[in-house]
Amino acid sequence: MSEALVQFDQIVKRFDGTPHPAVAEITTTIMSGGITGLAGPDGAGKTTLLRLILGLLKADSGALRVCGRDPVSEASAVRDLVAYMPQRFGLYEDLTVLENLTLYADLRAVIGEERRTAFERLLAFTSLAPFTSRLAGALSGGMKQKLGLACALIRTPRLLLLDEPSAGVDPVSRRELWRMVQTLTGEGLGVVWSTAYLDEAERCERVLLMNDGKLIYEGSPSGLTNRMVGRSFHVRNAGEGRRGVLASAAKMPGVIDGVIQGANVRIVMAAGATPLSAEDFKGVSHVEVTSVPPRFEDAFVSLLGSATPAVSRLAAGAVRAKLDAGPVVEAKELTRRFGSFTAADRISFSIGRGEIFGLLGPNGAGKSTTFKMLCGLLRPTSGEARVAGLDVAAQTSAARNRLGYMAQKFSLYGDLSVAQNLAFFAGVYGLTGARRQRALERVTEAFGLQRYLETNAGTLPAGFKQRLALSCAVMHEPPVLFLDEPTSGVDPLTRREFWAHINAFVQSGVTVMVTTHFLEEAEYCDRIALVYRARVIAAGTPDDLKDSVRTQALPDPTLEDAFITLVEADDKKVAA
Amino acid sequence: MSAPEPASADRLRRIIALIRKETRQILRDPSTVIIAVILPLTLLFLFGYGVSFDARRIEIGLVIDDPTPETGSFTASLMNSSLFAARSARDRRNFESDLVAGRIDGIVVLASGFSAQGARGDRAPIQVIVDGSDPNKATLVRNYLQGAWGNWLMQEAITRGERITFPISVESRVWFNPEIASHHYLVPGSIAIILMLIGALLTALVVAREWERGTMEALLATPVGIIDLLAGKLIPYFVLGMITMALATGTALFVFGVPFRGSFSVLALMTAVFLTTALAQGLLISTLARNQLVAAQSTLISAFLPSFFLSGFVFEIAGMPLPLRIISYAVPARYFVSGLQTLFLAGDVWSVIWPNLTGMAVIAVVYITLTAVKTKTRLD
Repeated sequence: MSEALVQFDQIVKRFDGTPHPAVAEITTTIMSGGITGLAGPDGAGKTTLLRLILGLLKADSGALRVCGRDPVSEASAVRDLVAYMPQRFGLYEDLTVLENLTLYADLRAVIGEERRTAFERLLAFTSLAPFTSRLAGALSGGMKQKLGLACALIRTPRLLLLDEPSAGVDPVSRRELWRMVQTLTGEGLGVVWSTAYLDEAERCERVLLMNDGKLIYEGSPSGLTNRMVGRSFHVRNAGEGRRGVLASAAKMPGVIDGVIQGANVRIVMAAGATPLSAEDFKGVSHVEVTSVPPRFEDAFVSLLGSATPAVSRLAAGAVRAKLDAGPVVEAKELTRRFGSFTAADRISFSIGRGEIFGLLGPNGAGKSTTFKMLCGLLRPTSGEARVAGLDVAAQTSAARNRLGYMAQKFSLYGDLSVAQNLAFFAGVYGLTGARRQRALERVTEAFGLQRYLETNAGTLPAGFKQRLALSCAVMHEPPVLFLDEPTSGVDPLTRREFWAHINAFVQSGVTVMVTTHFLEEAEYCDRIALVYRARVIAAGTPDDLKDSVRTQALPDPTLEDAFITLVEADDKKVAA
Repeated sequence: MSAPEPASADRLRRIIALIRKETRQILRDPSTVIIAVILPLTLLFLFGYGVSFDARRIEIGLVIDDPTPETGSFTASLMNSSLFAARSARDRRNFESDLVAGRIDGIVVLASGFSAQGARGDRAPIQVIVDGSDPNKATLVRNYLQGAWGNWLMQEAITRGERITFPISVESRVWFNPEIASHHYLVPGSIAIILMLIGALLTALVVAREWERGTMEALLATPVGIIDLLAGKLIPYFVLGMITMALATGTALFVFGVPFRGSFSVLALMTAVFLTTALAQGLLISTLARNQLVAAQSTLISAFLPSFFLSGFVFEIAGMPLPLRIISYAVPARYFVSGLQTLFLAGDVWSVIWPNLTGMAVIAVVYITLTAVKTKTRLD
């Protein structure tokens, strides 16, 4: 039997200095006994909503009841009944697993026999029992999240609030976490799971979709997905031409979304538009078009409006340095040791011109180390890294001049305006006079930055920060582009827009190497190398990897399935 | 779901849990040890050895217009003193550039009438020229020279078998610090400044760190109250601060040889009240500044600098303009500097200690109240 745990009535919350309310007149109810997904782009107001429930923020107007109480005036009582796992790891990294658990048990008055059984249950539940004396800071990303969950569940709450628990967690841990939380709902617990992963939102019983502080949909995910029936299509057999297919589809009337999925292109049409057919691609290539069942993501994009620009204007005007024939980026037996620890072990691959190459793997697998060696930021212990025919270790400066690098974290100057940031990077790349002027105009125009030129970079919306970072990385028209987790912490809409630009670059002959956590994003890659325990454990096209794990039990594996299966198989091999 | 025990037992358990957590973090974090042990000792050595108001070997340029036996005797009396190093010349211009360049500290001119006036029993006049750009030193040099001159006059009179004929003679007796060794009062004073800095810095940084690392948000999501949070921070750092104080006192007594004439129980009482003030100020800073950089800078500006300048540690408060004198009453170190100097050099003088204790206690109450009002168990 489910009951109402949280009742929002016309709740409004504004922050000083922002024109729009973070939460605007939200009225909804959260029930017990199921997972309520909280989805929406960055800055939609998801975290604010969770903090309001807990009384960590006070609503400006409206009525909010949590388990029948007022979360601000009865904060202590509400916090006794509601458990919360903040987006950032909120535990003490310099305390051990057990010390963290003990602290939270004391704070929540779980003592004596009750504590003993709670610890036993939670340690078994999270499989953390062997690590009780390890410092929390030394745990892997997935284990940290599990410990966070265990601390939140010390006293079984009536409502559990999870703020993006799976962000930055590899697919294996992500699945485990989901299974754990699902077990809890069987015990009558209410769960709110905020997420940037739409496949997670799709699995929830109920979903709240937020945008700009407003609730734009509430109900079952299928209720939203069903609106899209007959509007989703796969364009097959596009092969090499799939980026061209996507680009031309983006120009067709009625197309609201398009993404590359391995060898296929997925196209979503607007409501009432003529269904897609192979005829539409006559001029581009010989393709086959089939109708496919809609996904939650199709509905999400349709509801929020696709941000995919018709064509990225960047590629057209760019004149690129000619490259010698042969591989553009090459890793030959790249090895890096830190003391006795081997971070990268004989990693080899080569990337051809105009290819998108993806480095995938769980946290700490050695992706970043490999990446840094190829950029010349880290000297290999042995092996060789070559970019555009140059030995990175020997000709670091010349090699770097041929590549554009976009770091994982926002690494521009937040206190400088967009124009100042662009000017600075133009200077860094040694662009002067007319060349500099042309470069500045080109990126400003291509990324639509005119409107924000005088805005400080730190206050830009997430999508524009990303555009600016990419602008700075490609200012000197590099033939090779390195992207380190370029879309982590970015919502699906911004991610699409970003990939539209990347696709345009690639079509003009730029070579791209990318690391990513989002496996759906790995589908954009021509080839993938799966890095695990410092080694490449699998490599090939996304479809190759999927095929390699296809069994009768799993006839249509996703890339995530492939990832998990391959990692687990390697674990078994090591254990044996 | 409510606990079967009374709420006060829950609160006590929460506070103890927070204290235990904080203690573990202190023991595991080398930076806390640096702030609590190494920084204070370094500062104490700097203040104890580096700052001194005692003049040693004042370089003097002696201008003798007309050499006579009297000028010779005066020169000898200066030369024989360990305080002075004198060179003589006939013309003051020889020394003017030295004084400007700071190679000498003062010029003494014995004019041509020096011997004649001295012989008549008048006070043989001397002219003293000092560099006023460093008023502290100028005053010091002038006073020392005046003393030397007075001594010499007296000796001359005795040699001539005359009675001393000065209308008033000043006889000074120095109490409490007979050697007038300045580090005897500078060291206790610097302990006050150091403890202020350390106390405020410790709490300001650790609370800001909790905000920065996101642990505060997770903590606030539990039933902890404001009292729990404040007590959980104040108590462990109070203990740590007392240890720092014990170290500093030991160094003052055994390394610098500063006398201690009061009682240790009164010292502990004063320290406890002062430390509470310092820790509370740090807490207040960290509730307003939620990152470590801002917290550290605000601590330097709002705790260290006022303590240094307005506590009477270096600069005499009585000599300050009225607005600064009024502001100095809000500086807790003012009371502690005076209290410590009294305890070390004079003893348990309650007429000094009571007002100082009261002053610090009032400030502590104000800070803690402000912190409790400003700390919310909310994020906005």
